[in-house]
Amino acid sequence: MTSLIAPADEAGVAAAVAEAAAADEPLAVEGRGTKRAMLRPVQAARTLSLRNLSGITLYRPQELILSARAGTPLPEIEAALAERGQQVIAEPPGLGALFGTGEPPTLGGLVATNLSGPRRITAGAMRDHVMGIRAVNGLGEVFRNGGRVLKNVTGLDLCKLLTGAHGTLGVITEVTLKVLPAAERSGTLAIAVPDLETGVRALSAGLGSSYGVSGAALLAGEAPRALLRIEEFAESVAYRLGRLREALGRFGDAALIEDAESRELWRGIREAEPLGATAEDAVWRVSVQPSAGPGVVAAAGLPRALLDWGGGLVWLAGPATAEAHRQVMAAAGAAGGSFTLFRAPEPLRAAVPVLPEEAPVLAAIRGRIRAVMDPRGILSPGRMYAG
Amino acid sequence: MIDLPAPKPDVMARREELLAGLRALLPGDGVITEPARVKPYETDGLSAYRQPPLAVALPRTTEEVAAILAFCHRNGVRVVPRGAGTSLSGGALPLADSVVLGLMRMNRIIEVDYANRLAVVEAGVTNLGITNHIAADGFFYAPDPSSQLACMIGGNVGMNSGGAHCLKYGVTANNLLGLKIVTVEGEIVDIGGRHLDAAGYDWLGLLTGSEGQLAVVTEVTVRILHAPEGQRAMLAAFKGTEIAGAAVDAIIGSGIIPVALEFMDRPCIHACEAFAHAGYPLDAEAMLIIEVEGSVEEQDMLLGKLKEICSRFDPISLKVAQTVEESLAIWKGRKGAFGAVGRISPDYLCMDGTIPTGELPHVLRRIGEMSAEYGLQVANVFHAGDGNLHPLIMFDANDAESFRRAEAFGADILKLCVEVGGCLTGEHGVGVEKRDLMPVQFTPFELDQMRALKSAFDPQWLLNPAKVFPLAGNPVLRQAA
Repeated sequence: MTSLIAPADEAGVAAAVAEAAAADEPLAVEGRGTKRAMLRPVQAARTLSLRNLSGITLYRPQELILSARAGTPLPEIEAALAERGQQVIAEPPGLGALFGTGEPPTLGGLVATNLSGPRRITAGAMRDHVMGIRAVNGLGEVFRNGGRVLKNVTGLDLCKLLTGAHGTLGVITEVTLKVLPAAERSGTLAIAVPDLETGVRALSAGLGSSYGVSGAALLAGEAPRALLRIEEFAESVAYRLGRLREALGRFGDAALIEDAESRELWRGIREAEPLGATAEDAVWRVSVQPSAGPGVVAAAGLPRALLDWGGGLVWLAGPATAEAHRQVMAAAGAAGGSFTLFRAPEPLRAAVPVLPEEAPVLAAIRGRIRAVMDPRGILSPGRMYAG
Repeated sequence: MIDLPAPKPDVMARREELLAGLRALLPGDGVITEPARVKPYETDGLSAYRQPPLAVALPRTTEEVAAILAFCHRNGVRVVPRGAGTSLSGGALPLADSVVLGLMRMNRIIEVDYANRLAVVEAGVTNLGITNHIAADGFFYAPDPSSQLACMIGGNVGMNSGGAHCLKYGVTANNLLGLKIVTVEGEIVDIGGRHLDAAGYDWLGLLTGSEGQLAVVTEVTVRILHAPEGQRAMLAAFKGTEIAGAAVDAIIGSGIIPVALEFMDRPCIHACEAFAHAGYPLDAEAMLIIEVEGSVEEQDMLLGKLKEICSRFDPISLKVAQTVEESLAIWKGRKGAFGAVGRISPDYLCMDGTIPTGELPHVLRRIGEMSAEYGLQVANVFHAGDGNLHPLIMFDANDAESFRRAEAFGADILKLCVEVGGCLTGEHGVGVEKRDLMPVQFTPFELDQMRALKSAFDPQWLLNPAKVFPLAGNPVLRQAA
């Protein structure tokens, strides 16, 4: 068991990092540790947790802006937003069931992992809504980037650089998010399709329509179903689902799923529940152009799959073996896409590339950027790439 | 005039040799050196600043771009990338010892893929050129900067351009999938691809809006969207800016996010009305143009709700367009705002700060006071939903003193934006214009950290130097200046 440092404020985080840098002792950076089993295992004797940096620091519903400390649990943010009829735009998943932790995800953790849910396809990713950030670099120095306004191109965009960097470029201490009103109503058109290819064609037709489809998933299995969601005012949901039903009827028998059931359906998709991953399974996330999704499922040859983002996000689950991993890598590579070994036992995660290798030029730049942001190499070393 | 680093003596001394080297890489008419033909490249949309470069190189392929960059890198020559030259912040201003790398000949639309809702285009395709190419099939490219007729997608990536409709559709960064870039050493690299959220560091996000500091973009994979069934605008005019600001708050608070929500102050309303005869109410202190999308019935429903909200704020005028033509008439004045101000005043500076929207009344009051202090007129247009403020400061370019005052006035406005919690630039970029204001927003440490990140891509500071970062702190330029 590693020892845990959990400072109560940003100054404490800065001090802990500075001390670790001076001692050349790596830190595993985390929020509440809900995604410890994601990517490569970090070899660090100490864990720096942001769990005690919690609380919303600014919320201006009329300005569509919310700031919170990095360790703030997502449910707390969602509850505050819901009180004013607003929501986190990217619909980030908690994945508590997938990772087998009872803890809620933290805002900082969701930004560090850039995890987005079904709404990503039309409303953008977590990283698209990070308007401002406070963070501590690998020497314990505090910096800010962005701000608390919705449009900002002043200087280099370190908000985007830190989002999805898994804590390897800085310890995020506070995040300012763009938020939006939650739709009045949710509704879903479910189409029984003969196969995944037809399903993706149906999703593409829906996403390529005028109707503002805000979720487009495909349930694989014996009886595949293409699901298209509309989130709007009640009148619009009824109208748009009706038009979609007319336009997409040619792909298969279509049924309407009403508000409450629709919300529950997409909550499940957000959490990858229809994937049906078993406790022993490894789980991968592959991102490709939507039309390539079914091909990736076929080429990977794994027993369980779920497609989201119009077919472009392929969740896969199967045996936690190097062989299965090679198949996924090959399938993603052949489709010109990207993969993440999302959940696996530690020996597998330590032994294989968990993300695609980058071009040598980019890998060299990455090394130089790490040298700027974390010159001692103490922030979650090895989390994304070996060495 | 803003400080620029002194030309490198060795580069100036080897001018003829370097030009011969460039000509060998771009046979034919690809290298321009005659003063008359170089002239259009001396400046960009910030025309108060001019500087002829060493030469202008106009490649037609990514490989040619790579060859030029490798050559310049080998010879320590500075490079200023340029699209259409519409930057309002001087982002494409040349240096005397630089090669302007113009990408306007790379103007091919390589591929449109409707099933995957993307288009692959070269950097020199115009913003509107993308939409025009796919409009017949019902699709469009969402970011719509005012210069969209001329500005090029490579420049849009460089500045992370927005537009009137980015409240709903996002800015450039939110509408990209991939880039082909060339590093300062001349290496060609693909970033992202045809899929969302490539794993690894977000190179796409870091490069977008980096103002040509990190690499040169030659090809862009953009997301394209199907157009909505229709759109329609309404106009609401109010007795005070505070009242209009409160109406904006009420609209956002109602759960409606209009596709556009534009605010104009009294001077702007008058300038636009004189120019466009759009029927704007001249007795109003502030006016909103609000646009919604959807079917005719959906438009009616949303406009009905918006009309009800606006009517709570004692409006002077509420006009809901009933037809597409009426909608266009409402937009006509706003779209011609810059030209309209140009008719009142031969010259103006278009500023671009962002503020928390709740600060608008306070900021407009302060701008009014400053206008009196500086003795210069100002008209304000404002993307009210996202807080992006464009004060147009009118001056006379033939009067150097008037220009100096206009610049000082503009700087004071941007400092005010930062003071109330906003930023120096929402969509035009820092360029040279706001370079020396960066310490207002960032600490010395934050600026040095960004400089070090630039150095990670461009160790010799050859790419678009003298922009974005105040010269005094720059590792290489400091000695040269």
